[in-house]
Amino acid sequence: MSTERILLEHGGGGLLSHELVTEVFLPLFSNACLDRLEDSAVVTLEGRKFCFTTDSYVIDPIFFPGGNIGSLAVHGTINDLSVCGGIPLMLSAGFILEEGFPMEDLKQITRSMAEAAKTAGVSIVTGDTKVVARGAADGLFINTSGIGMIEYPQPLSVDSIQPGDAVLVSGTLGDHGATVLCRRRELGLSSGIRSDSAPLNGLISSILAASQHIHCMRDPTRGGLGAILAEIAGQSGFSITIQESELPVRDEVKGVCEILGFDPFFLANEGKVAVFCAPADADRILATLRNHEYGRDAKIIGSVGERNGGGLIMQTIIGGSRVVDLPLGELVPRIC
Amino acid sequence: MNNQERRRIRLLFSGIVQGVGFRPAIYRIAKEQNLGGFVCNTPEGVVVEVEGHPRHIEGFVPAVLNNLPPAAEVAAVSQEDLSVRGEQTFQIRSSRDDGDKDVMISPDLAVCDNCLRELKDPRDRRYRYPFINCTDCGPRLTIIRDVPYDRGNTSMACFPLCPQCGTEYENPSDRRFHAEPNACPLCGPRLWMTDGQGVPLADDFPDPVEQARELLKKGKILAIKGLGGFHLAVDATNEQAVQRLRARKYREEKPLAVMVGHLEAAGRIAEIGRLEQHLLSSPQRPIVLCRKKRHGGIAPSVAPGVPDQGIMLPYTPLHALLLEDDSPPLVMTSGNRVDEPICQKNREALLRLKGIADFFLLHNRDILVRCDDSVVTAARGKTVMIRRSRGYAPRPITLQQCYPDVLALGPQLKATLCILKGNQAYLSPHIGDLETPEARAFHSESLSLMERIASCRPKVLACDLHPAYYTTRLAKELPHREIFRVQHHHAHIVSVMAENGLSEQVIGLAMDGTGYGTDGTVWGCEFLISDELDFQRAGHLEPFPLPGSDKAVREPWRVAVSLLHESYGHDWQEMAQRLDLSAFASHFELLNSMMASGLNSPQASSLGRVFDAVASLLGIRHTASFEGQAAMELEAMADLPYEASYPFLLRYEDGRTLLDLRPLIRTLAQERINGIDPHKIASRFHVSLIKALAATAGEIRERTGINRAVLSGGCFQNRILFNGVTRELEKEGFAVYTHISLPPNDGCIALGQAVVAASRLKRRKS
Ligand SMILES: [Fe+3]
Ligand SMILES: [Mg+2]
Ligand SMILES: [Zn+2]
Ligand SMILES: [Zn+2]
Repeated sequence: MSTERILLEHGGGGLLSHELVTEVFLPLFSNACLDRLEDSAVVTLEGRKFCFTTDSYVIDPIFFPGGNIGSLAVHGTINDLSVCGGIPLMLSAGFILEEGFPMEDLKQITRSMAEAAKTAGVSIVTGDTKVVARGAADGLFINTSGIGMIEYPQPLSVDSIQPGDAVLVSGTLGDHGATVLCRRRELGLSSGIRSDSAPLNGLISSILAASQHIHCMRDPTRGGLGAILAEIAGQSGFSITIQESELPVRDEVKGVCEILGFDPFFLANEGKVAVFCAPADADRILATLRNHEYGRDAKIIGSVGERNGGGLIMQTIIGGSRVVDLPLGELVPRIC
Repeated sequence: MNNQERRRIRLLFSGIVQGVGFRPAIYRIAKEQNLGGFVCNTPEGVVVEVEGHPRHIEGFVPAVLNNLPPAAEVAAVSQEDLSVRGEQTFQIRSSRDDGDKDVMISPDLAVCDNCLRELKDPRDRRYRYPFINCTDCGPRLTIIRDVPYDRGNTSMACFPLCPQCGTEYENPSDRRFHAEPNACPLCGPRLWMTDGQGVPLADDFPDPVEQARELLKKGKILAIKGLGGFHLAVDATNEQAVQRLRARKYREEKPLAVMVGHLEAAGRIAEIGRLEQHLLSSPQRPIVLCRKKRHGGIAPSVAPGVPDQGIMLPYTPLHALLLEDDSPPLVMTSGNRVDEPICQKNREALLRLKGIADFFLLHNRDILVRCDDSVVTAARGKTVMIRRSRGYAPRPITLQQCYPDVLALGPQLKATLCILKGNQAYLSPHIGDLETPEARAFHSESLSLMERIASCRPKVLACDLHPAYYTTRLAKELPHREIFRVQHHHAHIVSVMAENGLSEQVIGLAMDGTGYGTDGTVWGCEFLISDELDFQRAGHLEPFPLPGSDKAVREPWRVAVSLLHESYGHDWQEMAQRLDLSAFASHFELLNSMMASGLNSPQASSLGRVFDAVASLLGIRHTASFEGQAAMELEAMADLPYEASYPFLLRYEDGRTLLDLRPLIRTLAQERINGIDPHKIASRFHVSLIKALAATAGEIRERTGINRAVLSGGCFQNRILFNGVTRELEKEGFAVYTHISLPPNDGCIALGQAVVAASRLKRRKS
């Protein structure tokens, strides 16, 4: 590791997170399932394929337009299962509560979780609660795990990506990240932006039904679409070319990013999926996405090139191209 | 004559003596003086043994020094007496007979006067032949495929010499003896014109050069294949044409260089002093930044807002023909899309420049190594390198010590890379900003080229501390034994030390845009007590936040806001309203919160950003289309000599001297509000800053007793600052050291990285 202590950036979904996972956890936990570093582990039990995932939610602010930490924790895990082709079956929920946390808030969060689970058609079947002393945590942290069943015949994974694949995204970028930024107490920004937090199992099962040639999916959460595409380009060795002009971004999000100096390409989404598929099926998948309420703004944004280690390449609006490197961590300035 | 009346000596010439026609020159002189012996290249330099009449022997060295080929420079001659052997004939021994592959690849050399004379002589068989060259001139680096430098290893290999050219090539007394790119219209490369799609123009117009001149006159944009790549050329006096080029190239405001036919034409455009004259007509033929004249006749959008015009003279026979007679000056800018490296091959150029160029002037002598035009300027009677490339690279820099082999991968922007081997530092030609796939490919091309040129593949790597630099990531991927990570500004300072042969501790003044500090913040106004191994941050500018981070580089108004926030506390918004910043008032609250909370507002001590901020405070520029634009315009504004008047504070804290410019900013802002002439304020700002930097260095000297001051960093491209700080420090009794052949900007970083890494390796071994 290049640092002696954990930095905030180690949790940012960028280069330092990647280092932490590959240099600290992987060497010791290593096994065929984990080493793939997909959003969920895919396991075969008695001839049937299942996926299993876990995620922890630490977010400031806890309540934001479009949701709260509770709905987010349910959606996040559902989405991690869905992008691996899993039909979510059941979830667990673990709470770490800080002494003094308002009971009313906890109730509201729990209500949101129940509602989100119900809408998505999954049950929360087990849970755990710990309370820590004041100051040992920031309000409340939630961990959710989930199990899903896979019926899609083809393996959905980075390894399935083919040269020439089309790259799609199901909607506008950075809505969640920008919402959370605006809600940061000290900024006092008011804008009409809402988080895109949503369960994607319905949307994803509709495209899986529409095409047999989907190769890989990811939910571009921390680090945004930029980070996951750069990571996939790195892992697979394929160069991936993205058209800057095709990236869907809401004007409000653009405006907020403009002034804060952020790029929506690297801001978190909580209800979006990136899809790699055979080019012949791209239009059909696009149409299916656009037919769904969570996929209205879907776009074909780019394609997979040669396996030449070229990384993620952005064709800029002015006709040049630049390499998009894995960011250091979410919201970490690059400056050079 | 019997042997008693003869004398034999052995001479070793060092300096710039290889690949520049030095051996044939020696040969001719030896022949003239009737001397026997030989000349050959060795890794140490050119060795000559001559014997003959003692009077001729005595006259030999002066004769050589008085008849040097244009690109040669003799740094030293050592001489020893040998016993006479009775050798009557004189030979050029080829370098390969000595089994050394170390003979250096020479940089490309501008067309020489002899060749120009032939070019314009209707009786000469190379009359108007655009590829004329001789041992004194012509392409070198840009046509090599491999070492050693032999025709078979160049892109001339596919042009078999005709009998006449062959005779010249074989004859030691000919100007073209072993001129590897020797060629003539019969046997050599040829030129042709195509339209914007790459379709050759009809043959009924026999001379493509004439065609090109006609099209340029009509305001067309031409892509012209040159020495190290393509240029985009357009009539520099035609404002519309220049604007069209800018629009097509997406290069909105960055200054463009022009090529003029001769010195006199240069003098019409800009102030050409003696040093500028020398630089313009040197065999390296760089772009020379010269102070613009007010009515120089150049279209306004060639170099808008900046004080200097980049000018160069023709350096290939083709350029000489294009600019013959009184043809107008041409804009000659690198043939590339914005931010990409220069195009190299015909097909690549047709592809990448389609839609930019109206026509292409092509030839079939392949460019095997890309090489951009070099850029220099003159300050205080010294050459200041801005971009070291064609004409200079890959000539190694000779260091005072020997080091273990190291490969330094360089920085992210204005990148070069460096191989250190023995006492030689081989720096690549300028590569550029490593943001595009093309630039990264060029970086790896350059890497293998330099490994071949230095005939060395170091396993020890050096790179920057910045974790996000491409070169830092690359270091981990390359096969290596060990990686040394070198702080950016330490590398700046050590590169100057290496060029000057300094090894004792110095006070390094690194005045820069941005670099990654050991504490993870952005540095850029640093006083480092440095040696080759390590450094201590002895002083720096008080850090201030950059609201919007990278965005603040493109938007100087953000930095202006930050400095006002630092200088006035709660009242800053009121000041900002009274200055020129009211246009941004709707963002003030948000920036305030960003700075207060640190959201995307990294702390920086960058001097480059202070220049930007002051430019914005004076209303010169609030947003920039390239880094340093605002600072350049501020420099242009400061052309009045005024004494310093702005206060600053020095504080000593935790072992460091902190420079506090808040009083300066307050006074400057007040003067601006009071309606003082911005020229006056810009001048006072420069003078005050010079005093402040010198005072900080002075205080550090008092603490440490170190009297050697070293200057580096991109801010020293500002001539007022460079001249002023040098003068002020010298006045205070400092011994001041600056770059000799490397630029103060990040073009010097690779050398600094290499020397730090090699020194650390060396210390461990001893
Ligand atoms: Fe620098
Ligand atoms: Mg996840
Ligand atoms: Zn010549
Ligand atoms: Zn010939």
